[in-house]
Amino acid sequence: MAWVDTVLQGVLLGGLYALFATGLSLIFGVMRLVNLAHGDFSILAAFLAVVAVQTLGLNPLIGLVLVVPIMAALGWWLQRLVLNRLLGRGILPAVLVTFGLSIVIQNGLLETFSADSRRLNPGGIETASLALGGGLAIGVFPLLTFAVAVLLLLGLHVVIGRSVIGRAFRAASDDGATAALMGIDRDRLYALAMALSLGIVAIAGIFLGIRTTFAFSSGPDRLLFAFEAVIIGGLGSLWGTLVGGVILGVAQTIGARLSPGWGVLTGHLVFLAILVVRPAGLFTKSRRVG
Amino acid sequence: MTLLSVRNLSAFYGDFQALFGVSLDAAEGETVAVIGANGAGKTTFLRALAGALPAPRDAVEFAGQPVGGWPAHALVDLGIVLVPEGRKIFPSLSVRENLEIGAYRRRAGPWTLERVYGLFPVLSERREQPGTNLSGGEQQMLAIGRGLMANPRLLLVDEISLGLAPAVVKHLYEVLAGVHREGTTLLVVEQDISQVLSVAQRVYCFRKGSVALEGVPRHLTREQISAAYFGA
Repeated sequence: MAWVDTVLQGVLLGGLYALFATGLSLIFGVMRLVNLAHGDFSILAAFLAVVAVQTLGLNPLIGLVLVVPIMAALGWWLQRLVLNRLLGRGILPAVLVTFGLSIVIQNGLLETFSADSRRLNPGGIETASLALGGGLAIGVFPLLTFAVAVLLLLGLHVVIGRSVIGRAFRAASDDGATAALMGIDRDRLYALAMALSLGIVAIAGIFLGIRTTFAFSSGPDRLLFAFEAVIIGGLGSLWGTLVGGVILGVAQTIGARLSPGWGVLTGHLVFLAILVVRPAGLFTKSRRVG
Repeated sequence: MTLLSVRNLSAFYGDFQALFGVSLDAAEGETVAVIGANGAGKTTFLRALAGALPAPRDAVEFAGQPVGGWPAHALVDLGIVLVPEGRKIFPSLSVRENLEIGAYRRRAGPWTLERVYGLFPVLSERREQPGTNLSGGEQQMLAIGRGLMANPRLLLVDEISLGLAPAVVKHLYEVLAGVHREGTTLLVVEQDISQVLSVAQRVYCFRKGSVALEGVPRHLTREQISAAYFGA
């Protein structure tokens, strides 16, 4: 029963990882841009929630209503003013610029908020649990996180599969130059994708801050887990992202159960094993976003 | 009335100059052919007109307005639409979605999904399949249909005969003749001159990035065209 519990916790943790990975996957799928500052943006969002809690006295979950639009707007302008200028020149310029952004964000957070660890307190929900019988219990908050991840992926799936804008995302992903000839304004489309990406990672950052402590330097770890989830699932596959997150989460909780220090390491080992066996990931649909 | 007026247009790929001062006119409702050998600059010319390559503002005038170098989506809003070389069907999109993406700017005009299906019934039969599952000829129909969905005022058509059987090419040119009768101005690029000269009112022959010959097809002799095409 203890192992069932471990796997269950791992699955729910996978929901959080999927939240981190979704925006990364979307951006890579639509415009082949690797955002190395993705994890730092999630931590920036968590600190914005700290500010909302301290100055407005908001519950951090209510703070989402403020922080998500702020991060989405930041994504829009970041793409329009900076990242759009780097596209079409290979992958390296964007990698360098987002790596630089990562350093800028971390140091900005350090200057503004000091090196102290923080945590967001939503007032009880983070410790509440549901008894499943047989000695099993699952946390309400991890369950909520998982549910939000599934709902978000479901929503994205519908938007990408059915809407005009989703069609444009897929066309741009297939062939950006031809998509432009069809009348798609790529600068705007890519800005919209980045707004979506940072909006989603803002949710991930705040959920992370409720689940565990974070500091100015917590971003790169998050980026690594997000990358692993994306690559296990298969680049560009949204549902693969959830499966990848779940596999990583289960591997980490099982490892941590074997020995408290092994959690992260086991996650990395499972990731490497999958990379060896299926280099393209489990659910790769070549050249697809949705 | 002159719809498109190109004056002394040069175009570059990086340091490589592909067009050397091309001038060309197309009247509203006219079908103009651009012929020439591989590498003559025909595709470059269309891509510059469609906004896929930089061009000086005053080198291209459309309906009296200088539009050289405008972004592609702004040109689509004006009704300048390219059916690209190699068809460039989106593999992640179904046949219907490929057509709908043509209407992305929602420009007003006569063309709708139903009318394109009427023109190419096979597209209607296979509407939910991925666009790249179609045969070469069907993909070319899809590419033309996608261009029409934008409700073009000037349709730029690049090498529709490429790799297709003569019967299919003949059918596609009949369709283009029908589009022309609706009043759409056509600028058709071809290497294979047999079909295009029968539908065009005027022809330009490109060689090495310049206009080598210009005229009315039935006033030109085979020898004149051949000399311009291959160089004397």
